[in-house]
Amino acid sequence: MAKTSAKKAAPKKAAKAIETHETPQAVKGREPHAKPDGRGTPLIEMRDISIAFGGIKAVDHASIDLHPGEVVGLLGHNGAGKSTLIKVLSGAYKRDHGQIMINGDEVTINNPRDAKALGIETIYQTLALADNVDAAANLYLGRELRTGFGTLDDVAMEAECRKVMHRLNPNFRRFKEPVSKLSGGQRQSVAIARAIHFNARILIMDEPTAALGPQETAQVGELIKQLKAEGIGIFLISHDLHDVFDLADRLCVMKNGKVVGTAKITDVDHDEVLGMIIAGKCPKGAIPGPGAMREAA
Amino acid sequence: MSNAPSTSQSPALQHEGPVTRFIRATEIDARMLGMIAALILIWCVFDIASGILRGNFGGLLGGSFLTPRNLWTLLVQSSVITVMSTGMVLLIVMRQIDLSVGSMLSLIAVATAVLQVFNLSPYLGVGHPMIWIIAVVVSIALGTAVGAFNGVLTAYAKIPAFIVTLGGLIAYSGLAFLLAKGETVAPMDKTYEIFGGGITISWLGPFWSWLIAVVVCAAIVFAIINGRRQRQRFKFPLRPMWAEVFLAALGSAVVLGVTSVMTSYPWPFKLIENYAKANNVVVPAGVENRDGSAVCMAADKVVRCTEGLIYYTGYSVPVLVAMAVGLVMTFIATRTLFGRYVYAIGGNPEAAELAGINTKWMTVKVFALMGALVGISSVISSARLNAATNALGVLSELYVIAAAVIGGTSLAGGVGTIYGAMLGALMMQSIVSGMSLLNLPAAYQNMVVGAVLVLAVWLDQLYSRRVK
Repeated sequence: MAKTSAKKAAPKKAAKAIETHETPQAVKGREPHAKPDGRGTPLIEMRDISIAFGGIKAVDHASIDLHPGEVVGLLGHNGAGKSTLIKVLSGAYKRDHGQIMINGDEVTINNPRDAKALGIETIYQTLALADNVDAAANLYLGRELRTGFGTLDDVAMEAECRKVMHRLNPNFRRFKEPVSKLSGGQRQSVAIARAIHFNARILIMDEPTAALGPQETAQVGELIKQLKAEGIGIFLISHDLHDVFDLADRLCVMKNGKVVGTAKITDVDHDEVLGMIIAGKCPKGAIPGPGAMREAA
Repeated sequence: MSNAPSTSQSPALQHEGPVTRFIRATEIDARMLGMIAALILIWCVFDIASGILRGNFGGLLGGSFLTPRNLWTLLVQSSVITVMSTGMVLLIVMRQIDLSVGSMLSLIAVATAVLQVFNLSPYLGVGHPMIWIIAVVVSIALGTAVGAFNGVLTAYAKIPAFIVTLGGLIAYSGLAFLLAKGETVAPMDKTYEIFGGGITISWLGPFWSWLIAVVVCAAIVFAIINGRRQRQRFKFPLRPMWAEVFLAALGSAVVLGVTSVMTSYPWPFKLIENYAKANNVVVPAGVENRDGSAVCMAADKVVRCTEGLIYYTGYSVPVLVAMAVGLVMTFIATRTLFGRYVYAIGGNPEAAELAGINTKWMTVKVFALMGALVGISSVISSARLNAATNALGVLSELYVIAAAVIGGTSLAGGVGTIYGAMLGALMMQSIVSGMSLLNLPAAYQNMVVGAVLVLAVWLDQLYSRRVK
């Protein structure tokens, strides 16, 4: 509870946007006693999502859920549809079919702005930084602070940026330089800062450690644990099985746009998960999805 | 997530030379210094060359380029391109381009001229004060509309801007020809003509020019003090005090220097004489001196002399318009949400879209802004000529784009400054007018301008490669 109230003290604007979408039950759903084992209302539930590009079904009737304080790892080959599914949630793509529920209430997400208003923040694999502007401008991109005259309040944005970057990356000093000049790890920390600075409830991390060295990867791991403790739900998209087994509570495997199965980390082992990814075989410990091979189910 | 920068930066700080340290402390754009150096070099070369070829006309280096008269004219001539280049910067920064600005300028000028000459003047009466207001408003509105049309085709119909505006380049000039019926539409309203800077009432004179200069200097000092205070409030690293003082002094010196050149160009002899006659100003008696610029009475004849009745031009209206546009556009580009989004979209369109920016609507708005600026330019252009023809803007799109690119705007998007483009426009105009001064045939002039454009971009590439 203490963590929750600490979070409330952060910038008001984003908090307000979240509150308008919250119902009394929704607030209850965020209580720490809602265990990530399937009991209680899920923070996020994506039901029967489909999206096609031209004739190709990138995501085919996929369902997935996420509880507060839970990390769900999303696994699969390139082109399995995991990034696409997640982009439906972050508002980058519009779904053709299906529902998205937050705390049991159906929501409409038509663009990234809608998603952000609902407290869904995304760290994209490409980082999605505007390379030619500085860290503060990227941190506030799309929700700039403004002065009483309506002009950009660059000084206030830089001040906030210094604070949040100090927490994530204490050695960071290059506030005046365009982010294209920063190192991979520094760029990553700017992208992470942007996702966590506005009171996210749901965090989507698409390959957050792909471009990082071992030390930086460990730092991201620490951060995920910290955010989890604050009651934030996290979707972690990764190629790296070790990452997922280290950080996630549950995992969900996709293949050819369909969900092969979901399982608690403790109920499956590496080889079984590899089998899910490569062959679409759903092991005993997992709940099979529509993408699971018949004989395995 | 990395501590690499702090370890790699500090040794570099220790080893840097005085020049690098100076540039870092003052936060002056090193690129801009290069441009100013190149501009001064060009000016000096033209002054020396004109001195050798055509004799001394009072230029700083013995020629006729670095004279108040030529520099004054230079600023007036470059104002049309300057105004449009500020909009082109934003378009190119956003990874778009507008090739149709020249034809658009002709179209707007002709349409407004037809409105003035054949509709408003007969209806309201020649010289009615509403005529110029309507003409200016219609010019800007028409420009905005045409620009927005380009923008809609680019953003929503997803036709590449290059094609949309190439089509516009051809089509708008056809429409301009049709409206003008291939004729020159003239004359413009007398008050409207003020925007061209060709008549005496469009010259501010020394008093107002100096007043503006002083106000601008005060604004520079205020901005520097205010910026420092803001940074102090948030405990950010500050510039060294000497750097602040230096910047304030440099800014003020430039403003005062330009003003002093502008206010030392006397009115042409005939205009002083006419003005004295029309306003019953007494012309003092004096001794004739053919090199003088003042007007005297010598034995009942009006003659040139050194000590007599003299008026100085000061800033002219088109130059002020261009400077005001530059100021407003700099404000838009650096201090507003709109400007921030333009740069963000240029840096990474997908990231901007994912951040919730409506990139399509932004595209339309930037094209519309470009159109509005073309409207302003068309007013200056047709007022200066006191006529409008369908050939008024021919080739100016190329000069505008060249000005933006010479000024450091990257065609890859995301990078460019308003002041850079304005300097670029001044540089282009300096080269063109310098060559005219040397009586170089137009064919050679075009060859040189083209070569300069390519050379400038090449130098810029070399520079940015070294910086990286």
